[in-house]
Amino acid sequence: MSNTNKWGIVAEFDSAASIYQACKKVIEKGYTRVDAHTPFPVHGLDKALRQGPSHLGWIVVCFGLTGICVAQLMMWWTNAFDYRFWVSGKTPYAWETTIPITFELMVLLSGISAVFGMFGLNRLPRLHHPIFRHKTFHRASDDRFFLSVEATDPKFDTNETVAFLQSIGGQHVEVIEE
Amino acid sequence: MTATANMTAPSLQQIAPNLESRVKPGDLATAQMALLGVGVALIGAGWATGGEHFYFSYLVGYMGVLGICLCALFFTMVQHITRAGWSITVRRLAENTMAALPFMLLLFVPVVIGFDHLYHHWVHPDANDAVLAGKSAWLNSTFFFVRVVIYFAVWIGLALFFRSGSLKQDETGDPAISLRMARVAAPGLLLFALSLTFAAFDWIMSLDPHWFSTIFGITYFAGGFMAFLAFTIVMAKWLGTKGYLKEAINVEHYHDLGKLMFGFMVFWTYTNFSQYMLIWYANLPEETAWFAHRAVDGWGAIGTILVVGHFFIPFVFLMSRHVKRNGIALSAGAIFLLVIHCIDMQFLILPGADHGAEHAAGGEAHAVAHAHEHANGFSAQLGEYLHNVHWTDFGCFIGLLSILAGIVVMNVRKTNLVPLRDPKLAESIHFENF
Repeated sequence: MSNTNKWGIVAEFDSAASIYQACKKVIEKGYTRVDAHTPFPVHGLDKALRQGPSHLGWIVVCFGLTGICVAQLMMWWTNAFDYRFWVSGKTPYAWETTIPITFELMVLLSGISAVFGMFGLNRLPRLHHPIFRHKTFHRASDDRFFLSVEATDPKFDTNETVAFLQSIGGQHVEVIEE
Repeated sequence: MTATANMTAPSLQQIAPNLESRVKPGDLATAQMALLGVGVALIGAGWATGGEHFYFSYLVGYMGVLGICLCALFFTMVQHITRAGWSITVRRLAENTMAALPFMLLLFVPVVIGFDHLYHHWVHPDANDAVLAGKSAWLNSTFFFVRVVIYFAVWIGLALFFRSGSLKQDETGDPAISLRMARVAAPGLLLFALSLTFAAFDWIMSLDPHWFSTIFGITYFAGGFMAFLAFTIVMAKWLGTKGYLKEAINVEHYHDLGKLMFGFMVFWTYTNFSQYMLIWYANLPEETAWFAHRAVDGWGAIGTILVVGHFFIPFVFLMSRHVKRNGIALSAGAIFLLVIHCIDMQFLILPGADHGAEHAAGGEAHAVAHAHEHANGFSAQLGEYLHNVHWTDFGCFIGLLSILAGIVVMNVRKTNLVPLRDPKLAESIHFENF
């Protein structure tokens, strides 16, 4: 036990209200590498955990702008530069005809980057995560609420953190190995 | 069902103890009289100085403000049919806006007076005009006024039904009223979509009776709904500065109203571009004539201004969550979009005014030829617009908007500020955006 690396400590709570209070107390105590795992979104939990805004929007904007540029460049190159081609009396590069393709490519790249950017930021996909070693964690998708404090937290101390999580009402407080 | 019928919603005192439920007696009376006074004065001055052009200016203002009232009705019905929780506190403001529809019938009188002048093209068609002869079953004066009555009957009927139901629930707290309104909202929305579409055809599209576009009603609706949301944001913010609705319509509601306003601003662009691109691509003379009128006499610059001001600028400005959650920034965006909405109505209505009567026959050929000889730059076109534009083209819109705001304030003073006993009131006050 002492030779293995610890991932963190996980505690179980039985209601949205209790995990909300627990999150507030853990943050007040000074822990920073904390996360909550709940069966449904709990209002105010991200604020209680003092989580900053997601960076996903910036990824999506970059890919969306890339889509616009690629679409414009592609249509200009193929129709008006590489092989000038007059269709139904319209000029080789007419902005009107480029709008639907530009819009679609922007949406396509934005959508794909939103999904895969979310995967990337969450370090997904992965086959296993240490937190699943917790004995009752499967109930996180059913009727229980879990709070995790990671071992990388500067304030992390196995005995002290376990005692603290128990003192704020956590049940099944377990030390999870890496 | 019996179980729900016996349930009553929690009282306002339980949900939000600091919420004002009514405007204090006598409060806002000055503002109400000032808004109504300014509105009537502007319309009166426009009528006195505008000559025959006044009727076109009035139609610009009337259609702009009517869109706001109608989309208040639309907003209310959509909240009922989706059984939305977030919008309960905003809904009373929309109900008080759509309650202006009977007044809009009264304000339709100048359009009736100017009817002969406005719709000259098809009221007095050229004897040899086979196109208008073919459309005479729809475009004739008698049927036109029958339709006016039908439209207003539908709108006023629906508005009174939803508003009186909501006010009745304030007293009884009966949740069955919510269910009944949700059921009526479905056929109500259908009637709304049809009546709004045909009203837009009758009152704007028929100014140029040779031209037709099946998407026209939707473009009018998209701009109107955006303007309604802008109007509601401004009104709610203003009531907030007076100490009302501050807790009930909070930053979460403004965030959602901002999102909807952003969305329908983009939807306006989407439908207008759809209309433009198909006409541009097919390049059929009877369709392109409408845009040819709008490429000359300064309107070319307004087309560009609408693309930039009705899409690019607000798109970048309103995109961020931080802007939508900032009261001053969101209000500034809303006021900007109201001005742009007026310019949009000018673009739809006024080009027909300047060409219409003078060039009844061969007007389209004139416009097309004109477009070629005046391939002016943006600044020259803008100069021409500024030279041609009459103050009433903005004045009537501002005047009618002022009258609408006055009527809304009057209604706000007479009713509870929020639907006090709506079953979802608590949900609305406490909801949060993720």
